[in-house]
Amino acid sequence: MARVILPDSLVRLFPGAERNTEVPAESVLEVVERLNERWPGMRDRLLDGRPAIRRHIVIFVNGERAKLETSVGAGDEVYVMPAMSGG
Amino acid sequence: MNMAKKVVLLVGTKKGLFVAESAAARKDWDIRGPFCDAWPVNHAAYDAKSGTIFATGLNAWYGPAIWKSTDLGQTWTHSSEGLTYGEGEDPIAAVWLIKPAGDVIYAGVEPAGLFKSLDGGDTWEHVRGLRDTPTRPHWQPGGGGLMVHTMEVDPRDPNHLYVGISVAGVLESRDGGATWEPRNEGIEFDAPAEVPGISNCAHHFELDKVNPDVMFQQSHSGMFISKDAGATWTRVEAGLPSSFGFPAVAHPRKSGSYFIAPLNGDQVGRYMPDASTAFYRTDDFGSTWRALRNGLPQENAYFGVLRQAMAADSFEPAGVYAGTSTGHLFASADEGESWSEMASYFPSISSVEAAVIDS
Repeated sequence: MARVILPDSLVRLFPGAERNTEVPAESVLEVVERLNERWPGMRDRLLDGRPAIRRHIVIFVNGERAKLETSVGAGDEVYVMPAMSGG
Repeated sequence: MNMAKKVVLLVGTKKGLFVAESAAARKDWDIRGPFCDAWPVNHAAYDAKSGTIFATGLNAWYGPAIWKSTDLGQTWTHSSEGLTYGEGEDPIAAVWLIKPAGDVIYAGVEPAGLFKSLDGGDTWEHVRGLRDTPTRPHWQPGGGGLMVHTMEVDPRDPNHLYVGISVAGVLESRDGGATWEPRNEGIEFDAPAEVPGISNCAHHFELDKVNPDVMFQQSHSGMFISKDAGATWTRVEAGLPSSFGFPAVAHPRKSGSYFIAPLNGDQVGRYMPDASTAFYRTDDFGSTWRALRNGLPQENAYFGVLRQAMAADSFEPAGVYAGTSTGHLFASADEGESWSEMASYFPSISSVEAAVIDS
């Protein structure tokens, strides 16, 4: 199981969603798919239709910036973060 | 017994959707919001058939989603399920238009295309015919992007559709969106090379509420009217301070009556002419126009009114509303004869829609 940490701005869009959770997955894409199964619609918030990680979303695996195909192992920390921007 | 009616205004802003309600007198307003998690809301509309508010949100991080509320804004859900051109294609950057039309809800998106929902906005499917139009390779983005931002549905025939695209002009479908034809005859387009079927940015257009063969268009090229279902257009600008503006609103009951908000031009700031606010009204299909100024700021008015930011309600007399880029919301309860400032410190206003419903 990978440990997943989600931003508050994402979690509050999905009633019942939790900032800290665990999912069985072997890649970042699978993490997103598992999250989407748990909270339908979350995939579209994190990925665009290509599919690719949305431009202003950053995903880290154990502190390293990750891509969708990045491998995820048991106990790894997957940190989803919105980029700092706006005004 | 006649049930009392109220008007519901949907105000899309850069920081969420606001919902304003008032009784028929339209003197006191209850304003609630911001909804949609304060996401920028490009457009919102009320579906009278289901009693649902739809709002097109665009979040900088989480992308576009269509929000819906079946209880006038108390609770919300959101979805963008199916809002995609498919794997490997350009992603949907924004939803600019929501158009409830009977059993179908349409959504106009960027890059320019049309989607529809047959399940009340939970899932969306691509109306492929529009992007299969032969002129599509020649569509160009306008200042706000390449998008479908305007749509009308013939009240006599749900398969008779019009869309406005920046920049391609007006397109018409008579088969529910399977095939489309350009409808820009008579609208001059100052382009270096003329491409058949491509016209200037159709900023906004609305069908006449009495005779749906009549349509008024505020084009980037000027103000035009069509009396033959969009087949031909005629320039109607006599008495106006400029030929440039964005919104166009049909009177709810009077044929040939429209409200517009001309700006000072497309090159010099795009604000009220002489910084003095006036909306304009015609009651004769654009042959003559009359300035509406009473109660509107007459100096230092350096704002614009965007294409979807003007609306009319269906009370008698009709209410008219205009939201500005500076977050001011002006309201008239007497068809534009007098105005008041309903809200002064909203975020920049993208859209205003009005619905009259049972209290």
